[in-house]
Amino acid sequence: MERILQLIIVGIFQGSIYGLLAMGLSLQYGVCRVLNITHGEFVMVGAMLTFTLSGLGIHPLLAPVIIGPLLFAIGFVLQSTLFRTLKAWAPSPAAFEGNALLAAFGVMYIMEYIARIRWSGRSYPTFILPDIVSFRGMEFTLNQPVTFAIALALGIAVYLFLSRSRMGRAIRATAEDPGTAGLMGVNTNMILAFTFGLGALLAGVAGTLISIKSSVSTTMGFSNTVIALIVVVLGGLGSVPGSFIAGIIIGIVSRLVAGFWQPVLTVPVYYAMLMILLLVRPTGILGKK
Amino acid sequence: MDITRFISTHRRFLLVGFLLLVVAFVATFPLYTQQSHVRVLTIILIYVVLAVSWAMFSGTTGYMSLAPAAFFGLGIYTMALLQKTLPFPVIIVIASLISFAFALLVGLVTLRLRGIYFAIFTFGLVIFLTELVQFLETRIYHGHGWNITPIDNTTLLYTMLVLVVVTVLVIYFIRRSRYGLALLSIGGNEEAAEHMGINTTRTKVLYFAVSSIFMGAAGVVLAPSIIYINTNIAFSLFYSFMPILMAIFGGMAHLSGPIIGAVIFGYLEKMLRAQWSTYFMLGFGIILVVVILFLPNGIIGLVPTLQGKLGGLMTRLRKGEKGEQHANA
Repeated sequence: MERILQLIIVGIFQGSIYGLLAMGLSLQYGVCRVLNITHGEFVMVGAMLTFTLSGLGIHPLLAPVIIGPLLFAIGFVLQSTLFRTLKAWAPSPAAFEGNALLAAFGVMYIMEYIARIRWSGRSYPTFILPDIVSFRGMEFTLNQPVTFAIALALGIAVYLFLSRSRMGRAIRATAEDPGTAGLMGVNTNMILAFTFGLGALLAGVAGTLISIKSSVSTTMGFSNTVIALIVVVLGGLGSVPGSFIAGIIIGIVSRLVAGFWQPVLTVPVYYAMLMILLLVRPTGILGKK
Repeated sequence: MDITRFISTHRRFLLVGFLLLVVAFVATFPLYTQQSHVRVLTIILIYVVLAVSWAMFSGTTGYMSLAPAAFFGLGIYTMALLQKTLPFPVIIVIASLISFAFALLVGLVTLRLRGIYFAIFTFGLVIFLTELVQFLETRIYHGHGWNITPIDNTTLLYTMLVLVVVTVLVIYFIRRSRYGLALLSIGGNEEAAEHMGINTTRTKVLYFAVSSIFMGAAGVVLAPSIIYINTNIAFSLFYSFMPILMAIFGGMAHLSGPIIGAVIFGYLEKMLRAQWSTYFMLGFGIILVVVILFLPNGIIGLVPTLQGKLGGLMTRLRKGEKGEQHANA
C-alpha cells in the first residue's frame, strides 16, 4: 500500500512535467493548427542549454530565465516565417495541416542534428538536488517536489493568462475564428507567432525540469514528442487544462507500469490507453465538439 | 516527320517500351558491374516500393501515415524469425500478410476518425512496436538482436525487381480503377465523397492495409543485406521519413513522381549517409523544409509549368522565324 502511494506521488511529480510539455503542444495545435512534431526538440534544446549554462556557473533553476526568451524567439520566428508562408500558400486548411506537419519534421531534423554537431550523441549527467526528503515514511529526492511545484505554478500561470488577460482573450478568439478575430482588431499573425513562441517556451522549461531530474542527451527529443502527443490526444486536442490533467494521469500510469510490471512496457500501455480512448471518446477527456 | 506529334500519338507504346528497357537494364545489371553497385540498386528499388506505396495511400487521401517503418520493420523481423525454417519467397508472402493484418487493425482503430488523429497515432506506432518487440524478445529469447544469413546480392536484386514490378502494376491499376477515384475524392472532400455513396471508412482502411503489404515485403528483402538486426535498426524511424521525403520531392500527382524521388534520394542516401551521417541528416531536414515551401507539388509539379514556358518559347521562335521569312519575301 505504501509502495503504491509512493509510486502514485512520484507519478504525479513526473506527470506535471508531461502536462507542461503537452500544454505547449496543445496551444500550438489549437491556435496555430500546426501539429508541432518539433516540440520534443525544443525540450531537448532546453535541457542541453541548461547543462551548458550550469557549466558556466548558472544554477539550473535560474536557467529558464535565459532559455525561455531564447526558445520563445525561435518559436516566434518559426511561426512568423515558415508556418505563416505555408498557411498563405496552402489551398485548404486540411492541406495546410498536412504540409505544416511535414515541414515540422524537417525542422525537427535540423534542430536535432545541429545539436548533435554541437554536443554529439552522448548523454550528460545533470542531476541536481539529490538530497533525500522523507514524508510519512515515503522517501523522495528533493528535486521531485521542486520540479512539481515549478511545473504546477507555471501551468496555473499559463491557464490564468489565457483565461483572464486581454492577450489571452485575443489568443482564444484567434483559435475560435481567426477571420472574425482579425475584424475585431486582433493582429492575428502576431497572436499566432506569440502562441507558438509560448509553446516553445513551455517546452524549454519542461526541458530544464527534466534535466534537473535525469541525465540529458541530444537524442531525447523524439520520445518526448511522442509522450506529448499521446498526452495531448488523451486530454483533448486544443484543451489546455485537459492536457495538464492528462499529463498527470500518464505520469501515474507510467510509474505504476514501471514499478509493478516492466519499464519497457510503458509506451505500449500508453498506446493501449490511446486506442481505447479513441474508440470510446475520440475528443479526449476535456475535449469539445 | 514531326517528332512531337509522333511522341504524343504513340505515347503509351513509348512508355511501355521505356519501362521494359528499364526492367531489362536492372535485370542485366549484375552482369557488368561489381557487387557493391548491385547492392546500391537493390536499396534504391526498396525505396521505390516504400515511396510508391506511401504515396498511393497518403498522397491521394491526405491522411499522413507516419508509419512505413512499422510495416517495414515487421518485414525485417519476420525474415529474422523465419529464415531458418522457410524458403525466402514464402517469408515474403507471410510478411505481407502480417503487415496487411496489422495495418487493418491500426486502420480500424484510427481511420474511423478524421484528420490529424491518424497522423498522431501512426507517429508513435513505430516506437510502440520497437518497445513491444524488445519486450517479447527478452521474454521469449532472452537476448537482443538477430544475425541474418546473407543471401546472394543478385538474388536479392531480382527479388526486388519482381516486387517493384508487382507493386507498380498493382498501384497503377488501383489508381485507374474506381477505388483509386474513391481515394482521390476522399482526399478532395471526404464529406462529399461520403454523400456520393462511397463507404469512406472501408475504402480508407482497406487501401491503407494494401499499401502496407508492399512495405512489409520490402522489409524482408532488406534484412539479408544488413546481416545483423535489432529492434532499433529494424524499426528505425528513418525508414518512415525517407519515403515521405522521396514522394513529396518527386511529386504525388503522378505515379512516376515517387519513383523519381526514390531513385535520387536512394542513391544519395547510399553514397553519403555512411560517411557524412550527421550532415546528411541535417541536409535531409533542410531539403524537406525547402521542398514543402517551394515545391509542394514536387518535381512532377514542375513539368506542366516548364512545358508551358517551353511551348511558349518554341511558338515565339517559330513565329519569329516566319515573320522574318515574310519580311525577306
